[in-house]
Amino acid sequence: MHTLLQRIQQTFSVGVTGLTEWRGDVAVTVSRDKLHEVAQFLRNDPGMDFDYIVHVSSVDWPDDEERFEVVWEFYSIRKRHRIRLKTRVPESDCVADSLTDLWKGADFMEREVFDMMGIRFRNHPDLRRILMPDDYTEGYPLRKDFPLRGKGWRDTFDFLDEVPR
Amino acid sequence: MAFEDQRTTVYKIVNPEHPGSETLPTLRTEELLLNMGPQHPSTHGVLKVILELEGERLVKSTPVMGYLHRGVEKLAEDGTYHQFIPHTDRLDYVCAMYNNFAYCRAVEKLLNLQVPERAEYLRTIVAEVQRIIGHQFWLSAQALDIGAMTVFFYCFRDREILLDWFDELCGARLTTSWYRIGGVERDLTPTLIDKLKQFLDYFPPKIDEYQVFLERNRIWLGRTKGVAVISAEDAVNFGLSGPVLRGSGVDYDLRKYEPYSAYPKCEFSVPVGKNGDTYDRYWIRVMELYESVKIIRQCLEQMQEGPIMADVPSVTLPPKERVFTNLEAMIQQFKLFSQGFDAPPGEIYCGTEAHKGELGFYIVSTGGGKPYRLKIRAPSFVHMGAFDHMARGYMISDACTIFGTYDVVMGECDR
Repeated sequence: MHTLLQRIQQTFSVGVTGLTEWRGDVAVTVSRDKLHEVAQFLRNDPGMDFDYIVHVSSVDWPDDEERFEVVWEFYSIRKRHRIRLKTRVPESDCVADSLTDLWKGADFMEREVFDMMGIRFRNHPDLRRILMPDDYTEGYPLRKDFPLRGKGWRDTFDFLDEVPR
Repeated sequence: MAFEDQRTTVYKIVNPEHPGSETLPTLRTEELLLNMGPQHPSTHGVLKVILELEGERLVKSTPVMGYLHRGVEKLAEDGTYHQFIPHTDRLDYVCAMYNNFAYCRAVEKLLNLQVPERAEYLRTIVAEVQRIIGHQFWLSAQALDIGAMTVFFYCFRDREILLDWFDELCGARLTTSWYRIGGVERDLTPTLIDKLKQFLDYFPPKIDEYQVFLERNRIWLGRTKGVAVISAEDAVNFGLSGPVLRGSGVDYDLRKYEPYSAYPKCEFSVPVGKNGDTYDRYWIRVMELYESVKIIRQCLEQMQEGPIMADVPSVTLPPKERVFTNLEAMIQQFKLFSQGFDAPPGEIYCGTEAHKGELGFYIVSTGGGKPYRLKIRAPSFVHMGAFDHMARGYMISDACTIFGTYDVVMGECDR
């Protein structure tokens, strides 16, 4: 097992639900209530030292009980290693802790996740839509139940058979 | 009075030595909201920034993005991995090659695919040519934003040579789609290599020329030195990358930190700034032009003959000549484009050092020919997150400089 994962496993006896390493990418899945604590550890622990935020993303798994997966990716410029931090949130209560207090760059990235997937971030300073218009009410585009090829409006258009002269 | 707004501050000048001064008119300052964009020419596309001003100083700026949002991440879920390559051209439309490169690298990481050596060299050469184009474009646009117009013409003159070179290479100047998963679409012809060598001899003196225009220009220096300063710590915390981060003195460059393609075989240095201001970021980009020339020279020297596409029939496309003459090759081509290849389930993130910064792709696959989720880590988007922090306290006219210093392209920012 990767040394980073070992460290995390030793430090957090509860709350860490998955440790994976695939194609050289190291990923940790934590339960939602432990998220901020683990993130703080990743940021401040001298052995971890993840000072650089790479991206915040989200994945929709409609068939799962906890439907949404929120993904943060961090890099350590001094230690030169990467880690992916993941957590799951259910659809009925899709709220995760914001990590903007640790990485300021998370501000816009989390706003994008909110905009695209509808996941709310607790303690986010300015949680508004970022790419879609502010008054957009038709849902969250990257959810799997958002239609990929339009909503069928075009099928309901009336066409005139013949232009009256 | 009608000014009941909270932003209004009223200063009443009362001088006890002058009786009756309380009846004098009051001095009133008011914070002004100014919409800059979305049609402002220096916003590099369609970006609106709401500026809160006190006098001419920026108190707070709120970028409003999404005017160019086309849902590329959603579109990716509908097509095969190969079909997404042309979409990546339209992200950062100024530097399509590097987007192709970053995307193909991510898919290759997902598939664990080895690219032949010659293809790696070709990729590096073309990526560096693209970096030169990108920096030339940036330099011309930045100089134009600040008011130095001549540089624009000089840069575009030289950029045109390289765009014609791209045209000859792949038939397109901007939306190139030349990279393929597992290799590249076609090899460099001897004419192209000659032309590139000629350009490498021609170009370095021209870089000196650009510098002369700007570095002895008092207005340019006044408007770039000490403007939009960001400390190294903040720059890292905001997730900035590329020349914007290196300007603050952090030598974060994925070509060195996580070497890929033919970069580990080339000798080059990564210029790093000291002050973290606009001038340092300019200087870094200009120095990178020299480094790119160096890298291309070394690649052209070291490159050996060999295949330009990995030979994994289940994933890579057959050579075009064989498609027209061989039935199996045709079936292979047809199946790859109609169904795609079967990617293993899993998730990867792969970052590539584009000329703007770290361009990354996060791909989640559940098997099958289409990505389940594809997230693009666009440097322009991340950089816009630091706009408010960097612009605070500067003048309105500096706002243009700050857009420019990030090298934002809204196609990539809004995706």
